[in-house]
Amino acid sequence: MKDFKQEKTRVDQADRTIYDVKDKLDPAFLMDSGITPEIVNQISKEKNEPEWMRLFRLKSLKLYNEIPIPSWGPSLDELNMDQIVTYVRPKSTMKAKWSDVPDDIKDTFERLGIPKAERKSLAGVGAQYDSEVVYHNVRAEVASKGVVYTDIESALTGPYSEMIRKHFMKLVPPSDHKFAALHGAVWSGGSFVYVPAGVSVEIPLQSYFRLNAPGAGQFEHTLIIVEEGAYLHFIEGCSAPRYYVANLHAGCVELYVGKNARLRYSTIENWSKNMYNLNTKRASVEEGGTVEWISGSFGSHISYLYPMSILKGKKARMEFTGITFAGEGQNLDTGAKVLHAAPDTTSHISTKSISRDGGNSTFRSLVTVTEKAQGSKSAVSCESLMLDSISRSDTIPVMDISCNQADIGHEAKIGRISESAIFYLMSRGLSEDDARALIVGGFAEPIAKELPLEYAVEMNNLIHLEMKGSIG
Amino acid sequence: MSHTLLEIKDLTVSVEDKIILNGINLTIKSGELHVLMGPNGTGKSTLVSAIMGDPRYQIESGQILLDGKDITEMKADERARAGVFLSFQAPEEIPGVTLEDFLRTAKGALEKRPPKILQFKKELKEQMKALDMDPSYGERYLNVGFSGGEKKKTEILQLLMLQPKLALLDETDSGLDVDAVRTVTKGIRAFKNRKNGLFIITHNASILEGLDVDVVHVLEGGKIAYTGGRELISKITQEGFGVLGKEAGFYERL
Repeated sequence: MKDFKQEKTRVDQADRTIYDVKDKLDPAFLMDSGITPEIVNQISKEKNEPEWMRLFRLKSLKLYNEIPIPSWGPSLDELNMDQIVTYVRPKSTMKAKWSDVPDDIKDTFERLGIPKAERKSLAGVGAQYDSEVVYHNVRAEVASKGVVYTDIESALTGPYSEMIRKHFMKLVPPSDHKFAALHGAVWSGGSFVYVPAGVSVEIPLQSYFRLNAPGAGQFEHTLIIVEEGAYLHFIEGCSAPRYYVANLHAGCVELYVGKNARLRYSTIENWSKNMYNLNTKRASVEEGGTVEWISGSFGSHISYLYPMSILKGKKARMEFTGITFAGEGQNLDTGAKVLHAAPDTTSHISTKSISRDGGNSTFRSLVTVTEKAQGSKSAVSCESLMLDSISRSDTIPVMDISCNQADIGHEAKIGRISESAIFYLMSRGLSEDDARALIVGGFAEPIAKELPLEYAVEMNNLIHLEMKGSIG
Repeated sequence: MSHTLLEIKDLTVSVEDKIILNGINLTIKSGELHVLMGPNGTGKSTLVSAIMGDPRYQIESGQILLDGKDITEMKADERARAGVFLSFQAPEEIPGVTLEDFLRTAKGALEKRPPKILQFKKELKEQMKALDMDPSYGERYLNVGFSGGEKKKTEILQLLMLQPKLALLDETDSGLDVDAVRTVTKGIRAFKNRKNGLFIITHNASILEGLDVDVVHVLEGGKIAYTGGRELISKITQEGFGVLGKEAGFYERL
């Protein structure tokens, strides 16, 4: 408990510059801008992929060119695809040992705290630098239990290639939407995790994704399979330096949760404020299984992010806990979707959103209960906090219930910080800025306490950074 | 050795363009305990809120000096850092912020550096014990779900932890049972020393049991109508505020 408090104290002194590190751009390989079948073929060739994947990419590219840009959410008019470099590979290839990683890359990771997390004996670190996995380490104890944690490229050609083929973009087909199709065509990097039946991974696996090259898009793919009765906590942390060219993140996360298995998937996204974050995340949950999403969205210019859970088996459960912080120039459209497709399934969606300085935050939820899902329960709650009168917050809950034996609840609260609460805190010596930051931090606390310590600290840190200078 | 801690000169305060206090003059010296009484709605809370710097109250004219320094134009946080503390009649609930974290943040803000963690924890534990507070309150969100009595005890805990020069207590005893009032009194006694000052609004003499009361003020019609010693309290609690008017001239009429 003592360490926790000390850790929290340090948060106030943190410096945003660690998130804004720009490294010298020195890629060994830089693609032409714009996406053509030649580019897709070249990506596939560079990776020595199996033929099916090359064809999959080409098919996806065709879909990408056919599907229109979504017209229902925040505007994507300023997103110029021709400007986006789809594939930037750093000089280094896969590294097994930290000491072998090139210094400038290591330096960036150090500033992002990865070696520290390593010291804290987290299970394995797969950190993505630009588009290629450069550093990868799975602890012997995890591997000895039969847990596979690797980059998805090597999994594609190794003994798990059939498993990848069976699951890759099956939950999120390229036909789902334009950016899923784009992902299918140009995906690069990401993680593959396989947890065999009955294995409980006690320490979280974490992966840090990061964008470095100006104009580079990032299309990492995360595929996680947790077999019957197994348990895993996977943490995805994203941060990126600031650039002033439109950037696109169109990643894809597919989670397969087996019978009575449990998977917790935590994310903190802090993309730079020019990023288009069009990420697609989906989980399928078998009988008695549980998926828990923890999601913090802070960065990006525009986000479309609605992790979906498909409750396939009887008594499957999902919990979604999310927070969104939209500041100046940000339009963050986030939420969650759940499909109750079996009896006695449960979903619990709880979100908080904060908007300030003209930021726009929209919460969308979609709860679908099929005829088969008798006895299912769903509870959705969202709370919004607007810090000034120029910011905006919307709630768009959608429910599609085809079953008359379901228990569905929805609750929404929108509020502002009360002036008397600010006076109360100021009467104890806190400046007005600090008083507001404390109240906002408290509002976010139910989410923070779901996160592992370093991430809770990072989130607190981000709130303080975002709140600084919010007055005047 | 005592010096003038608080000096209020001809203070006129309005809220929403309505004058509530009209020319208040008051001096509290270090080591003194002053009591402020008066019928409901005469502006007692307005006075202590204005001293604390509540932005809802407009200071029309006059001055507030702390240790000889003019704090009239200061914001509430600057006044707090100068040494003013207000125990609120209805303390705010702050969800998601534990009492302990809040106190540490406040102490850090007042002392301009984060408190030493072990020392802070030890002190907090001791003060909570002295106020018969369960240590688990430290981990609870500030005032959220606290009963009226727990909120008031928490205000006194803050007083003891933050050690201001001037403590303004706005009906800290209201709504408390006999035992809780005793605990609050014990806290006030522990706080009081020769260097600090207390300004207590109350309707009830029991909070003052075992405390040396130096001066009693009665606020009426936006002015300090009477000033006297401790005997004023028993007079009022026994016979009501009306008695003071009937015995005009007996007490110093300001």
